[in-house]
Amino acid sequence: MLEAAKLTELKKLSLEIRIAILEAIGSLGAGHLGGALSIADALAVLYGEIMKYDPADPGMEDRDKVVCSKGHAGPALYATLAVKGFFPYEMLKTLNRPGTHLPSHCDRLLTPGIDATTGSLGQGTSEAVGMALGDKLKGLKCRTFLFVGDGESNEGQVWEAAMFAGAKKVNNLVWLIDDNKKQLDGRTADVLPVFDFVEKFKAFGFDAVRIDGNDLEQLYEALSAEAGDKPRAIILDTVKGKGIKEIEETEFNHSLGGDEATFERWKDGLRKELEALA
Amino acid sequence: MKIIYNGEKDRAFKEVYPEVIPALCEEDPRVVYLDADLMNCIGMLKWANEHPDRAFDCGIAEANMAGIAAGLASVGFKPIIHTFGPFASRRCFDQVFLSAGYAHNDITVIGSDPGVCAALNGGTHMPFEDVALYRTIPTATIFDIADTAQLADLLKQSVNMKGVKYFRVNRKNNIKVYEPGSHFTAGKGIVTKEYGCDAVIFASGIMLGKAMEAADKLHGEGIDVTVADLFTIKPLDEELVIDLAGKCGAVVTAENHNRIGGLTSAVCECLAMNAPTPVSCVAVEDEFGEVGPQDYLEERFGLTTDRIITKVKEVIEKK
Repeated sequence: MLEAAKLTELKKLSLEIRIAILEAIGSLGAGHLGGALSIADALAVLYGEIMKYDPADPGMEDRDKVVCSKGHAGPALYATLAVKGFFPYEMLKTLNRPGTHLPSHCDRLLTPGIDATTGSLGQGTSEAVGMALGDKLKGLKCRTFLFVGDGESNEGQVWEAAMFAGAKKVNNLVWLIDDNKKQLDGRTADVLPVFDFVEKFKAFGFDAVRIDGNDLEQLYEALSAEAGDKPRAIILDTVKGKGIKEIEETEFNHSLGGDEATFERWKDGLRKELEALA
Repeated sequence: MKIIYNGEKDRAFKEVYPEVIPALCEEDPRVVYLDADLMNCIGMLKWANEHPDRAFDCGIAEANMAGIAAGLASVGFKPIIHTFGPFASRRCFDQVFLSAGYAHNDITVIGSDPGVCAALNGGTHMPFEDVALYRTIPTATIFDIADTAQLADLLKQSVNMKGVKYFRVNRKNNIKVYEPGSHFTAGKGIVTKEYGCDAVIFASGIMLGKAMEAADKLHGEGIDVTVADLFTIKPLDEELVIDLAGKCGAVVTAENHNRIGGLTSAVCECLAMNAPTPVSCVAVEDEFGEVGPQDYLEERFGLTTDRIITKVKEVIEKK
């Protein structure tokens, strides 16, 4: 169980991450807001409580690693890394600018704290399996946390990687499905349904659970569970655009934007929530 | 480096892997070997089964294998992956391009049975385009292997080389050219016959032995050519290409690949921009592959000693 004070800290962190996402994407006026906001709570729990890492030494060999295979959610990771001190907060405003260290999709060569280059959907899954396998071969105790979109799971490579991870018992891998129910062209259930994630992952040799992926306590319980002999899949039941009511209620919210005043209004709302927790 | 060519066949390439890969793994704990259900085809299955912590059968899933290799590389390993040429190129191209190349995860890729070497596996398994694809990956290195001495030495070197390294290698026997134990320098071509400067033949892979045979026969007819092995198609040894083209004034390329995108294209790009020279080629003329014994396919696609001789005579006329 998460203590009340810890829960408050995580809630604050999740709000700070959301504000930072809006800082980054707002500096441009548009971006992949929906799928960045949906994983903000999972990132808060991972970086707030679960993971072993050192912002001063982002390449530390036995760090826990994060692979955001849904690479377009890069700004959510950048927001988290900036809040946690991997690089200056002001750098968020360079998102997608010429010469930036923060490209729209994650790049391990450019950004301190980014462990994998992703963007061509599905590819991060195999990379994460390889990283986890490598850490296991080296006898390290660290884990790899992999974010995969529900729409991304249309890609065949996702299931090749899952089959390998299950078959070879890559049990230091935690596979997080951001099941926010939407992809670019509409509802995942309409575009190309992926069927029952929990049953599929169990069939692929994983321990699999479904939780409310925007509920910090449920996230903490699921992410702090001891590893068994199988890899673990956590299906995050999330809301695309979570935390900003207008974005949540926008049907096509994969990529969207607004003027400066809109972003300020959204950030003000979050800042008020943050103050209320102080 | 000693050239011992006498027209005889070499031993089979697939004998090399179980000698070299286990030795590399023994020397360096970071070397790992991955395959996509074709370990048994290159003599690696027994060792792999005995070394489950160094060899990983990814099953028939080449894209995933390339991605896993990239992930292993990103945490410090030196992966060697193997499958047949079409699957090592077309089937996992995006994964090799992005997860490995773009992300600077250094991996070695072996594509078995290039071009007509796919023989009885037929057109579906016959890559005439693998070099063209790999040439477009920035920083990639491409080796079209002529004999077992070359494979053994370059494979040993490749695990410590940066970028994506692509080997196209027959599994059976080519013509022997180099003494076992010879050392090769990536990116440096080798003059393997030097009768004279009537023309120069740039060859690689299975075509090198044929080019040397053609040079001997041409010498008998009073035409004296030079043969160079451009086993590294990328980066091309431009200095050697420009130098020999300048001395000879007539060039023939010989490759087991579509003439679009392979050795012919590389040589033509180099010469057109640096030292325009008449070029003729022995290559596949933009066709799909088909099934048959290798000697039949060599005739069918014109990858023969006689055609090299014809092309040399033609290009000399253009001087």
